Amino acid sequence: MADVVVERGPVARATGARKGSSLRNTLGRKSTVAFLLTLPLILLIALLVLYPAFYSLYLATLNKAMTKFVGLGNFTFLFKRETFWMVVQQSCIFAITAVIFKALIGFIVAHFVHNIPGKKQRKWRGMLLVPWVIPPAMSTLAWLWLFDPSYSAFNYTLSFFGVGPIPWLGDTFWARFSVILVNVWYGAPFFLIMYLAALKSVPDQLYEAASIDGANWWQKIWHITLPMMRNIIAITTLFSLIVTFANFDIVRILTSGGPLDTTHLFATWAFQVGIQSSDIPLGACVSLFMVPILAVAAIFILRDVNKRGNEA
Amino acid sequence: MSRKTLTRRQFVAATAMSSAALISAPYVRGAYAAGKLSIGFWDHWVPGANKASTDLVNEWAAKEKVEVSIDYITSNNKKIELTAAAEAQAKSGHDILQMPSWWPQAYAENLEPLNDVMEPLLKQNGEVNGTVKYLGQSGGKWLAVPATPGSQIKGPCSRIDLMKKHAGIDVQEMYPAGGPPKVENWTMETFLKAAEACQKAGFAFGIGMGETTDSVDTAGAIFQSFGAELVNAKGDITVKTDQVRQAMEFYKKLIAFLPPDAPSWDDASNNKWLISGRGAMILNPPSAWAVAKRDAPQVAEQCWTHGFPSGPKGRFAPYLPYFWGVWSFGKNKEAAKSLLVHMSSPSSIEKFVAVSGGYDLPAYANMTKFKTWEEEGPPKGTLFHYPDPYKHQTLSIAASPAPPKIAQQIYFQATLTKMALRFARGETMEQALAWAEGECEGFMRS
Repeated sequence: MADVVVERGPVARATGARKGSSLRNTLGRKSTVAFLLTLPLILLIALLVLYPAFYSLYLATLNKAMTKFVGLGNFTFLFKRETFWMVVQQSCIFAITAVIFKALIGFIVAHFVHNIPGKKQRKWRGMLLVPWVIPPAMSTLAWLWLFDPSYSAFNYTLSFFGVGPIPWLGDTFWARFSVILVNVWYGAPFFLIMYLAALKSVPDQLYEAASIDGANWWQKIWHITLPMMRNIIAITTLFSLIVTFANFDIVRILTSGGPLDTTHLFATWAFQVGIQSSDIPLGACVSLFMVPILAVAAIFILRDVNKRGNEA
Repeated sequence: MSRKTLTRRQFVAATAMSSAALISAPYVRGAYAAGKLSIGFWDHWVPGANKASTDLVNEWAAKEKVEVSIDYITSNNKKIELTAAAEAQAKSGHDILQMPSWWPQAYAENLEPLNDVMEPLLKQNGEVNGTVKYLGQSGGKWLAVPATPGSQIKGPCSRIDLMKKHAGIDVQEMYPAGGPPKVENWTMETFLKAAEACQKAGFAFGIGMGETTDSVDTAGAIFQSFGAELVNAKGDITVKTDQVRQAMEFYKKLIAFLPPDAPSWDDASNNKWLISGRGAMILNPPSAWAVAKRDAPQVAEQCWTHGFPSGPKGRFAPYLPYFWGVWSFGKNKEAAKSLLVHMSSPSSIEKFVAVSGGYDLPAYANMTKFKTWEEEGPPKGTLFHYPDPYKHQTLSIAASPAPPKIAQQIYFQATLTKMALRFARGETMEQALAWAEGECEGFMRS
């Protein structure tokens, strides 16, 4: 008994020392420090992103008066609405078309800019980034004036060539064209700058070797540039797809979803249903539909990027 | 250094003396003895019109010893609706919030009943029209007080010269300043013929077919003048009726004479159409005329605001009232009610009308003949018939008399303009009606 008592003191001290050193070790670990440093941001994201996300999930399960739990009732109701399926289709048309054009224009212009020498390139880069740095709500207002029914600058110009007037925002085809055009104008510089950075990281020796082997410009693009840029293209496309799918301001300002709801996207329709028609649970439901669509896109694109990363 | 010590006896004596002094001192009422009041008003588009509200509130606050703070909230991009939604969700915000048309009904559960304010006001100012009751009352309970600022009739604002020249209609003779209207022939049929004549002359009527309130309000008045209701007062869907079919046929003919991009018009498009001199008529409160006075005086001089044409079931004018609501979770409800009484006094109402240049319309029956409407010009008397002084039309809101929570959705989803446009763009009558019926079924959710 006495032996045991004698033994306990050092053991307890040793445990205490181990605890102290393990705390020091934990704090000393790079990952712990990194976690602690990012903690304020994690908390901020939890507050501003996770909480609203879970709250909208909760809202989506309530009835219109928000007094009763209806489970998935709002979702099944939406599935029966013709307008909902139209919005799904339009959101896909809008996002996919806009992203394709943004990527194409960004890719082509990035090549032009890449080939401009020295100081001039900086000027061009600055000018081409202008659409991206103007707040879209402001620049879209300028576009609205260009498309305006009474004072359209486009129609005025076209009238000199005996063309028009074109109902830019009054006809389904032209209204869709207009909202996609403005989105492409706004988003293409993002692709441009990303692709330009990627182009600069492709070693010149590869092109020189290809030239020696007699490759033409198309073969160089297909066999060198594109493979070297694949990850950047994938990530940029994913990012842009998410942002374009969730677009609100351009459609809201230009068409408010019209004519006949043919330009509504998830966000604008959710606003109309949720806020304007006082059906917040249904509005929450509409906006939540973006999640599975974007999740599928994200899984495919990121899996591809990962696979190539592992191969490398 | 000497230090004076306080004995126990001295401390007790000093405390007793101070307490006695405090108790026997006369009560002095502080500058803000009646607490604080926070107000959210609609930000008036007429320059200087907000000053009328500020002055009236300050005048009342000084008398009642209340500390007030006012936020002027623009209606652009639905900021008022967003504010109301956020405050209702958070159960916190302004004590008084000004909100348009449907919102008192939408937030009925969160608004303080105001019967004790409204009953004396109705005795003092006269009855209110049916639309104000429909939007402002629920189960015999007043949800909000009709506000003069912002309330408007969206009747025709015609070009005197163009209507005379191309449609053969003398709008000044039909609606003489200072006299009753002579409107036996001012019917939907005449209106349609005038629309055709003016369109052929290159001055089409500027009527929107979009999804914003001006387009929807016009559609509402036209449908009502044919007796067409998508959902009746009991909440039954009544889309497939002869009245709805007649209204649709009328609209199809009218759309052919409207500008081709009318489906994309918002609430600013009709104003621009008139001010640019391209249209012979728009359906709007006198805001376009007021801007034309500044930007295109030659157009303003030819503008005349008047009543709506009548249809087979009567003469209906689009009416958009604003309300002042008091949140039930507000912290100073008694002060809020006292302020609303002050802002609804005849002198306050007259001030609102004068400062807004006649734009703001009081909801009360005894308040439609102020000097402002007689004197505003040019041309003098252009606004005389704006407040409907001879009450020859029914002031109505689109989608009524459906139960307000259903009507609100018909209104904001622009079901009326959309179904008319679908029919005009090639869908058969039955397809367009079936679509509208499906929409209305969706609006029945509770």
